[in-house]
Amino acid sequence: MTASVSFYHTPAPPGLTGIKAWLLTHDHKRLGLMYLVAILFWFILAMFVGLLLRTELMTQGRTIMGPEMYNAMFTLHGVVMVFLFMIPGIPAIFGNFFLPIQLGADDVFFPRLNLFSWYLFMLGGLVAVISLFAGEGFPDTGWTFYVPFSIQNTANVGLTVTAAFILGMSSMLTGLNFVTTFHRMRDKRMGLMQIPLFTWSLYATAWVQILATPVISITLVLVVVERFLHIGLFDPDKGGDPLLYQHMFWMYSHPAVYIMILPGMGVISEIIPVFSRKSIFGYRAIVWSSMAIAIAGSLVWAHHMYTSGMSDVSVFVFSLLTFLVAVPSAVKVFSWVATMYKGSIELTPPLLFSLLFIYLFSVGGLTGLVLGAAGTDIHVHDTHFVVAHFHFVMFGGTGFAFFAALHYWWPKMFGIMYNLRTANIAAVLTGVGFIFHYIPMLILGLQGMPRRYYDYLPQFETGNFLAGFGAYVMVSGIVLMFVNLAMSFKKRIPASADPWGGTTLEWKVPSPPPVHNFPEKPEIMDFPYDFSGVVKK
Amino acid sequence: MKNVPLRKNVMTDHEDTHHVLSYGQLGAVLAVLLTLTGITVGVSYVHLGFFNVPVALAIACTKVTFVLLFFMHLKYEGPIIVISFLSTVAFLMIMIGFTFWDVAFR
Amino acid sequence: MSARIDETGIKIGMWLFLYSEIILFGGLFVLYAAYFHRYPEQFAVGGKELNRIIGSINTVVLLVSSFAVAASITAIQRDARKHTIGLLLFSLCCGCIFLVNKYFEWGAKIHHDIFPNSDTLVNGEPGVNIFFGLYYVITGLHGLHVIIGMILLSISLVLVLMGKVNKSRFAMLDNSGLYWHLVDLIWIFVFPLFYLVL
Repeated sequence: MTASVSFYHTPAPPGLTGIKAWLLTHDHKRLGLMYLVAILFWFILAMFVGLLLRTELMTQGRTIMGPEMYNAMFTLHGVVMVFLFMIPGIPAIFGNFFLPIQLGADDVFFPRLNLFSWYLFMLGGLVAVISLFAGEGFPDTGWTFYVPFSIQNTANVGLTVTAAFILGMSSMLTGLNFVTTFHRMRDKRMGLMQIPLFTWSLYATAWVQILATPVISITLVLVVVERFLHIGLFDPDKGGDPLLYQHMFWMYSHPAVYIMILPGMGVISEIIPVFSRKSIFGYRAIVWSSMAIAIAGSLVWAHHMYTSGMSDVSVFVFSLLTFLVAVPSAVKVFSWVATMYKGSIELTPPLLFSLLFIYLFSVGGLTGLVLGAAGTDIHVHDTHFVVAHFHFVMFGGTGFAFFAALHYWWPKMFGIMYNLRTANIAAVLTGVGFIFHYIPMLILGLQGMPRRYYDYLPQFETGNFLAGFGAYVMVSGIVLMFVNLAMSFKKRIPASADPWGGTTLEWKVPSPPPVHNFPEKPEIMDFPYDFSGVVKK
Repeated sequence: MKNVPLRKNVMTDHEDTHHVLSYGQLGAVLAVLLTLTGITVGVSYVHLGFFNVPVALAIACTKVTFVLLFFMHLKYEGPIIVISFLSTVAFLMIMIGFTFWDVAFR
Repeated sequence: MSARIDETGIKIGMWLFLYSEIILFGGLFVLYAAYFHRYPEQFAVGGKELNRIIGSINTVVLLVSSFAVAASITAIQRDARKHTIGLLLFSLCCGCIFLVNKYFEWGAKIHHDIFPNSDTLVNGEPGVNIFFGLYYVITGLHGLHVIIGMILLSISLVLVLMGKVNKSRFAMLDNSGLYWHLVDLIWIFVFPLFYLVL
């Protein structure tokens, strides 16, 4: 029966064989997997660069590398993690694979544009690799490329920002595809308030991708233009204002962190109800808060600039607005916890990663208030407190949501199950390592240790050593996690269509799905998180 | 696909029929645009001091509105396009306006 | 896969792309706004250096070409293929005229030592340097978009000639037209900001 043939055996467009069935595919599922392979590569690379950085910092003075290498390494770590893992990660992999299925569609609206987005992603990565080795080497400006250093610097800034530009285009086009799919291709019987929360989160994210990305595009273009033409738009000697660069940079890069976190939150909203055997609390509130985060996140960019020399009025205004953004995020955390209350909890790896997410993201969010309040920020700006904060929200948040998504949707994508116990152990190991790694940084920052410094004062050595130890524990956990997932291909334990008891449409189709997703027309429920059928089983 | 109840507010297949603007209507819009262009050039020869800028921008906004509504059919498009367009303009206003919290108060 | 082509969906996709272009230029307008606030008199000095007549001609040229493109949509909807082709050719000519004007404008400025990092600008007033810096970047990026727009219109023209774009299927022409109108929209703002700030 053709309906049970998986998409692995059915190329789309038909007739393609071998590698061409992947490189020329229009199938959103294949594209999601192609992104998975590439993005995992970049994540693991940047993770090991991070490990090297923290190893260097474990002792005072030189440990394993010199200062110029250190600066290039933290720039590389940031650029790869931000542009090649965090921003594309969940939308490009899980969004591509599951958004059409969750909407009851057979693909995205523009499948060929989707393929083009993947090629742009790969091209951006290639240009980044070239910028590593060509000419005078990788930039050491930090991933923020602040002027004047990024303009005067002789390293490959031009190539690296070009890579970021290309990656931005890939991101923007994915967002465009998702918005169009959301509006035009969902099942005719599925109203807006019946759409799963993961898809809603991708929708909110897509708008930020479309509207905010062009700002970084033009900013990066200006960096290249200034490097070649020396107009002076950011050069005080020629009438320019370097702060305007920072405004333009953060006008994108702050909304960018919401591109990173919103899909992660969407994943958590999917996982918590399933493993609590209980409907999500506050479905509408979560929908509205996703849109509110996207909007409010566009109003607060200059909270990265309190000490830059901008006006006191703007310090006040942006600090006040920053406090508003915390509110919709708190609404979500409350909803997730309320969902679990009096639920029937099954502690699977996806749920464990999600619980870690809730804890780590909340800690990160609270430290964000310290940073968002201008007064306290003066003390901790550009210290390790900031580094810890964003790793709590980006890694403890999006990173762990990424791991959760991987473990939740693994059986659906590959039709096989992994070892649950090992996965849980890996999750705990990663979480414990994470805490030993980043909490010392919060303290070091409060004590005054600056960020992006190759060396430090003697009193910071103990904290840095402890943080380094935590890094190794954390990375061991992550390696164990990946090895365990890889082993699932060896053991090949088959997974059913619905191993977890999920209610959204992806659990109604075979694992892995057939090429057009739905062998027969799916039944659209009145509410996407109705577990009455599951609980009866 | 048979007997599937349509959800509310789904536009039928006939939505794709475009509203056709006649050459005359388009020509009228062009005439308005050219007139406004003439006005804005003319006003630039008059010294209104500070007010030259807001007047020029207001005329530009009016011209842009005509191009959007008629040449670009925005007047005849559905809510998704209209609302998202206005949101884009709102974001642009914030980009410029919020930068002025800094620039105007240094 | 549905056999019917969803032209509304394609149009939505095009508008979404246009939004990204609007914000792309928007970033440059942020810079203009901030610098105009800082250097109002020097921007006026710079503005006087630009030729209002050529600027007006370019504005008229683009407005008329927008009309022609919009009219070509009407023509194809009425199945008046020859009109469509003629109007598109006319729009392409307008695009050429615009670019030729731009070439002469830039040429004249460069000849007078007004270009990025030129001695005149570096040694002159900072506000004037910023004014012309923005002038070159914005009109340069705009000119690039005029070229892209002309490519899109040319492709549409070829498809009309081949009969692949016709009364029942003209999304390509429609959306190329939208791109062209965007190019016009940007110029409608560029014109007063650079040529009429005096």
